[in-house]
Amino acid sequence: MFARLPDEQARAVTITVDGTTVTAREGDSVAAALLAAGVRAFRVTAASRTPRGPLCMMGACFDCTVTIDGERNVQACLVRVANGMRIDTT
Amino acid sequence: MTVDVLVIGAGPAGLAAATTCAQHALSTMLVDEQPSPGGQVYRGVAEAPLARRNILGHDFAAGASLVDAFMRCGADYSPGTTVWSIAPRDGGFDIALRVARQSRLVHARAVVIATGALERPFPISGWTLPGVMMAGAAQALLKSSGLVAREGVVLAGNGPLLWLVAWQYVRAGAPPLALLDTTPRGRLAQALRHAPAFFASSYFGKGLALVRDVRRRVRVVEYVDALAIDGDDVARGVRYRADGRAATIGADHVFLHQGVVPDINLVSALGCAIEWDDANACFRPAVDAWGGTSIPGIYVAGDGAGIGGAHAASIRGRLAALAIANAQARIGGDERDRLARPLSRDHAQALRGRRFLDALYLPDAAFRRPQGDTIACRCEEVRAGAIARAVRDGYAGPNQVKSYTRCGMGPCQGRYCALTVTEIIAHESSRPAASVGALHARFPLKPVTLAEIASLPVTDGAMRAVVR
Repeated sequence: MFARLPDEQARAVTITVDGTTVTAREGDSVAAALLAAGVRAFRVTAASRTPRGPLCMMGACFDCTVTIDGERNVQACLVRVANGMRIDTT
Repeated sequence: MTVDVLVIGAGPAGLAAATTCAQHALSTMLVDEQPSPGGQVYRGVAEAPLARRNILGHDFAAGASLVDAFMRCGADYSPGTTVWSIAPRDGGFDIALRVARQSRLVHARAVVIATGALERPFPISGWTLPGVMMAGAAQALLKSSGLVAREGVVLAGNGPLLWLVAWQYVRAGAPPLALLDTTPRGRLAQALRHAPAFFASSYFGKGLALVRDVRRRVRVVEYVDALAIDGDDVARGVRYRADGRAATIGADHVFLHQGVVPDINLVSALGCAIEWDDANACFRPAVDAWGGTSIPGIYVAGDGAGIGGAHAASIRGRLAALAIANAQARIGGDERDRLARPLSRDHAQALRGRRFLDALYLPDAAFRRPQGDTIACRCEEVRAGAIARAVRDGYAGPNQVKSYTRCGMGPCQGRYCALTVTEIIAHESSRPAASVGALHARFPLKPVTLAEIASLPVTDGAMRAVVR
C-alpha cells in the first residue's frame, strides 16, 4: 500500500472512484490518487480479461487506462485529478 | 501555426534545446505529454516540497535551474500535449498534436525529438500482475506525489536507477525487504577494464556512497539468475534462484529495473535510420555530432539518441539547437563551432564512466529473452513461445511476426516488447540483432480517437497526417 510522506501539504481534492468518494491531493495524477487509495487493478485486458495496474507511470505502457468522466481508455498517469472527477476502473 | 523549431519533450534535453533555440531568436515551441516540465529525471521538480527534494537528493534538485531558464526564455510551452503524427511538407514538417481532446497541426522548419528513454522491458513470469511496476514508476510516484510503498516491497534487477530508488526509499524511511541483484557473476571483472575512466567520473564517488547506504539497511541478494512473480489477481511474492538455491519472498510490490534504452518510436515511424548498439543491447537513432538524423531537419537530443544521463542530455539539447540556429541562418558556422567547443568538452566529461556501467549492468540474456508462457507483448498478451514458433514457421522479421502474432500491435506500439521481439528472433534464427531489425512503429503514434482527428480543420496537411 502506498502512503504519503509525512510532510505532504498539498490541498485535498475529492474524486469518485467506482462510486466511492476518495480524497486525493492537488497535483496527483489519477493513477497516483488511485494507488494511494489502495486500488491495485485499474483495468482488465481485452484478450484474456485479466487485471492490470500501472507499469511505467510515464505515459508509455497503457496499462493504467481507466474511464474518466465517461471518457474511456484514458491513461490515468497523464491526467491530474480535479474536484468532482469521476473515475471508473473495470 | 508555424514555428522555426518544435521541440518534443520537456526533460533536460528538450528544455535546454528550446532555451538555446529561443536565445538565438528562433521561434520555438516545446510540447510535452506531462502536465509539468522536467521530464522523468526532473519530474515535478518545480513543485516538490523541500523535504521531498531532500529525500530525492542533490541531482534531482539541480533540474530546477533548467526549468527556470526555460520558463524565462520566451519559447511557447504546451504541456499535456501528445504528438501523434509528423509528416514532411515544404522543406519542414506538419506535426499533429493532441491537446485537451482536440487535435491541431503545427508547421515547423526543424524538429528536436527529446523523448528520452524507456526502462528496458523485464519480461519474466508474472510481470503483468498488478503490484509489479518498473522502478522508475515507483520513483515517479515519489517525485510527483510523495508516495512510498511502506511495506512488502521487493526490488529486482540491476543498474544505477534500481539502486537510486532503493536509496531514496531508505531515505524516505521505507527500506525495501530485499534487493534481488541480477548482475551476473564475473561482470565486475569484465567491467574493470573500463575502470580508470569510471574512477575519474562523478559516478564513482556518488555510486559507492549510495550502494553503501543501501547495503546498510536493505538485504541484497546477489547473482540472482532466475526470477518469477507469483500471484493470482495481484502480486503476492517473488520466486528467485541465487547461487543455485531457490527461495521465495512475500511481496505486495515488486519494482523491476534492468536499465534504460532510447525510446525510438518517433524516429522509427518517421523512417530515420537506426542502428544496433551492441554494448547496450538496444537500438538507437543514427545521429551526427549535433544530433542530426538521416532526415534533414529532424534532430534527436538526450537519452533518446543513446543513454548518457541528464547532464549529457542537456548538453546535446544545446548542440542540436546550435546546429539548427546555423541551418536557419541565425549564426554562422564559425560561431556555431565556437559555442559548441566547450559543450563538446563537457559532454565527453559527462560520458566518462558510462562504459564501465554499461559493461557491468548489461542484463543477462535470460532476462532479455523470455521463453515459453512468459508474456512478451503485454498489450496483446503474446507469449514468448508464440514468437519463437512464428520464427520457426518462417516469419523472418519483427514486422512479419507482428502481422502473424499481433505482438507490438497494441496501444503501447511495441514500447515494452520491441526489443524482446528482436532478441527472440535473433536467437531463434541465429542472426545478429542488428540484421533482424526493429518493429516499425507507425503513425498515429499514440491512440487518437476519430473525433479528435475530425476536430482538425480539413487542409492538405491534415490529410497528410492521416492518409498514408
